Amino acid sequence: MESPNTPYTLAIVNLSNQELLRYSRHTMLPQFGIKAQEKLKNARVLVLGAGGLGSPAALFLASAGVGTIVLADGDTVELSNLQRQVLHGESDISRAKVDSAADSLRAINSDIQVETINARLDGEALSTAAASADVVVDCSDNFATRFAVNAACVASRTPLVSAAAIRGEGQITVFDSRDAASPCYRCLYAEAEAGQENCSTQGVLAPLVGVMGSLQALEAVKILSGNAAAVGRLLLFDAWNTQWREIRLSRDPACPVCAPPTP
Amino acid sequence: MSNSQPIEVLFFASLCEQTGRDSATLDASLAATVADVWQQLCPTLDMPVNTLMAVNQINAKADSAVAGGDEVAFFPPVTGG
Ligand SMILES: [Zn+2]
Repeated sequence: MESPNTPYTLAIVNLSNQELLRYSRHTMLPQFGIKAQEKLKNARVLVLGAGGLGSPAALFLASAGVGTIVLADGDTVELSNLQRQVLHGESDISRAKVDSAADSLRAINSDIQVETINARLDGEALSTAAASADVVVDCSDNFATRFAVNAACVASRTPLVSAAAIRGEGQITVFDSRDAASPCYRCLYAEAEAGQENCSTQGVLAPLVGVMGSLQALEAVKILSGNAAAVGRLLLFDAWNTQWREIRLSRDPACPVCAPPTP
Repeated sequence: MSNSQPIEVLFFASLCEQTGRDSATLDASLAATVADVWQQLCPTLDMPVNTLMAVNQINAKADSAVAGGDEVAFFPPVTGG
């Protein structure tokens, strides 16, 4: 079959000439190659939250060539979001965040599919969305959503890239329930309504969410391309002192979410 | 595990502001668990809910044992996005 889009490098390559050129700085990496780029193209990533973390995460997933990005967020764009939520612009104020975000992602990469869910996902819808994704990227802003996302990812054995940022501090780790030794979010945090803080009451340094959200895209791309991700390692960033710390995480044998049921 | 060495304690990011310090040393005879370390160093401040704890860079819980020479670290919980 002759087609202007058929590259002549190898018959099995599923990337057009335009895509081969677009992703050439990926495919020339020895850890990547054309195969990994094809994996990205065939991948489906669920991004929960189109705010501070979700903005850089989704932008880099789109530019990197993730074939399908599913964005879920129930909020509308407000002026106070623009300080750090770089998916959105002044003309997007009052629009649904997922609509504004989808426009930004499509402007960067028209080859990818962007699906939007204009709601804070929970219950059955969250379980279904997590199960159909190759990777879930949690960019949400509260414990309740984070626990629900974690439970859905553990149940469907979907890798979860989890990050958070507030004030001048950030955290990131990867939970991979396909790996029997991987901890989950509930191994790390006890379920509690207390201690709830968000960026609207505490503030957050704008480029900090860029650092943490970009790292989420990085870990997702590594998982999708078959490279090792930061599973079992919690990285903690102090933006004011430009200081990283790392702690090793292990599965909590008593975890109510990921511990194997006792017979 | 010798109790002649002190416990090295670290407070990370906003916990530095809350506790008024970024590091401390503690006589190992004064603390058997991570919770004891906090209680000794911050007797007037309850540990914030969901504070993360590590002993020698490994995730720990409030009742995890500590000994002389250990590094005990406290990290604030972060949920924002
Ligand atoms: Zn768990």
